Amino acid sequence: MTAQEVRLCGLLLQEHFGEVVERIGTHLLRGGAQNLRTIANETNTPLDLVKKSLCVLVQHGACEFGSGRRGPGSPVEYRANCERVLRVLRYPRYIYTAKTLYGDTGELIVEEVLQRGHMTMSNTVKTVADRLTHNMEEGRSMEYSEVVSAFSKLVETHFLQRCPPVAEMGTAASSTTPATPSTPAAPASTAPPTAESNPDCYKLPHVTLIGRGKRRRSSDDSEEQRGGKKAKMEVESCGDEGIYWQVNFERFHQHFRDQAVISAVASKLDQTSSEIVRTMLRMSEVTTTQTAAYTQPLSANEIFRSLPPNYSISRPILDQYLSLLVDDPMEFVGKSGDSGGGMYVVNLQRALANLARATLESVVQERFGSRSARIFRLLLRKRHLEQKQVEDFAMIPAKEAKDMLYTLLSENLVQLQEIPKTPDHAPSRTFYLYTVNQLPTARLLLQHCYKTVANLIERRLFETKENKRLLEKSQRIEAILASLQASGAEPEQLTEVEEMITAPERQQLEALRHHINKLDSTENQVDETVFLLESYIFSTKTK
Amino acid sequence: MAGRGRGRGRGQMTFNLEDLGIGRGDSLPPTTFKPSPLFPPMPVQPVPLQTGEEVEYMLALKQELRAANKTLPFYIRRAAPKRDVDRYSDKYQSGDPKDSAIEWSPGHPPQVKQPKKPLVGKEEILTKLETLEKNEEAVNSEEEEDGEKKKTNEEEEQPEEEDYEEDFEEDTDYIMSYFDNGEEFGGDSDDNMDEATY
Repeated sequence: MTAQEVRLCGLLLQEHFGEVVERIGTHLLRGGAQNLRTIANETNTPLDLVKKSLCVLVQHGACEFGSGRRGPGSPVEYRANCERVLRVLRYPRYIYTAKTLYGDTGELIVEEVLQRGHMTMSNTVKTVADRLTHNMEEGRSMEYSEVVSAFSKLVETHFLQRCPPVAEMGTAASSTTPATPSTPAAPASTAPPTAESNPDCYKLPHVTLIGRGKRRRSSDDSEEQRGGKKAKMEVESCGDEGIYWQVNFERFHQHFRDQAVISAVASKLDQTSSEIVRTMLRMSEVTTTQTAAYTQPLSANEIFRSLPPNYSISRPILDQYLSLLVDDPMEFVGKSGDSGGGMYVVNLQRALANLARATLESVVQERFGSRSARIFRLLLRKRHLEQKQVEDFAMIPAKEAKDMLYTLLSENLVQLQEIPKTPDHAPSRTFYLYTVNQLPTARLLLQHCYKTVANLIERRLFETKENKRLLEKSQRIEAILASLQASGAEPEQLTEVEEMITAPERQQLEALRHHINKLDSTENQVDETVFLLESYIFSTKTK
Repeated sequence: MAGRGRGRGRGQMTFNLEDLGIGRGDSLPPTTFKPSPLFPPMPVQPVPLQTGEEVEYMLALKQELRAANKTLPFYIRRAAPKRDVDRYSDKYQSGDPKDSAIEWSPGHPPQVKQPKKPLVGKEEILTKLETLEKNEEAVNSEEEEDGEKKKTNEEEEQPEEEDYEEDFEEDTDYIMSYFDNGEEFGGDSDDNMDEATY
């Protein structure tokens, strides 16, 4: 947990859950596993607020609890999960992906589950149906069965999963939970069970939900309340109490990674090759594990059969495309055998490494110019070079090459490696070689990205605070306008109310909205880079 | 005699400057005297942001999520600090939460007693949450009691002050209402000069 990560997590927690949760969350992130009393004392927060914040964090999967370090008798300790908090930045991307794959229903389901952390299926279905009904025209409402079918599709493709059962603490006798270790005597010896370790992880509960979405009307409030109470009684009788669902982030990340690889192939080669790679990835979706370096080998015959029907290319052309892909220096596709017309794999790890390398190169190019980028690419390719060799290979005059190298060195993108000729390391008899290590540089850039996003959020909060008075005034006026329009006022009254905001204030508001939109969409874009670098670093960890 | 004949105008170093690329006759860059500025001028402008339907949709999603978070029960606000005196407008303004109680049940109905189900693991988390809720309610009732106690304290203080004032006025042994010191007589006639006094 670096300082930048903790700062960014703090800002995200503050935006989503308030200051109290932010204080508790950052304290846990900085301090590691702690028990309840320690947290309350060190943050000077009343105990009930600490309990509520911990509940919120556990509900969203950002915090785990387990028995203390001193054995089963010690108080429960809580651990915060930095990565999970950083995922909050990517929520819009998850929701948008669900929309492209499963339509509005899927989008709303994923949005609800993301906002609530853990939800039961029946709750989700009812809320989503109500929301969809609200947006539909009068007289139509959404069937529960449609929502249930969208939900089951999401579960089948592993985008949603059951929450892992809680680890047994203390002396609970019955051991019907399949995920916990067999001996209840072993205290927190193993890591807390992940969702994947539960074999029922993707099994839908047997619940029949029949009904339609309810439209919320403001006119008959009292009826709604009575109806609402009755509906609540019905909720409690659904059969899936205790089965909570959460979003499977890893599956979404797999999808994003596949998309990145496909678009890279499309931009480097052409559309047909990207379709071939897309087919290969689709076929190996279920057989590839999360951390696999490459997909399962697929024969050219299988690929030919599974190509989408509108891409009818003949067999020899497919073979040519495949050999082109294999020969490409980016090494997206590799050949692993000759049986079945040629066995081909998609090199996931290498593809990620190449994508990360392209990101690094483009960062250097945008910040320092194309000649520095040339030096950087040269060093990536040739590994170690002396000052003189850099000048020669890059074909840049000595003075400028020296300047650029020193700028890159001061930014830590390039490192100096000393190779002594004599055992006494005399500087006059030592080689000094410039080198670039891809993995540490990627980590450095990732921390820069976290810092960037934190700065963006802070700037947005600052802008909002500066113009708070103006924003409140405009909100009040909008509320007045809405109520006037609802009660049917004349146009003169409306214009009179609208003129309460003067023209310069309107301009200021426009400028403010423009700035905030820019800052927000910049956050989204930086998050795409964060995703690439994180995936690359994660793929190198599990070697 | 040491160092004679080496590059004049620069200090002697133990390694060969040629290796680092600083040849003879080159001048070193000027030394810096202060830390680099907080917002250094950028030599190159950054690439403009992406635009498009996808980007705008995600932007709208992000802003909606931010607004929706404030209404969800997961957004915990501190209790508004009690002001020194209860004001009349408190009855009509209930914006801030009066105490730090939040009325949420984290995803499970609080009153349903579940039959014994094979999912034992869930009961652990449910019992834990139920105990937390009971603690919440206990704290709530404690806070309400505290609130009531504070109110009764304030009410007791006010009659005490009034008693104190009455005691202060009754310095003499005479009952004040019996003795008419003629001040009011003059005051009435000043107000109504038109009417004749009978």
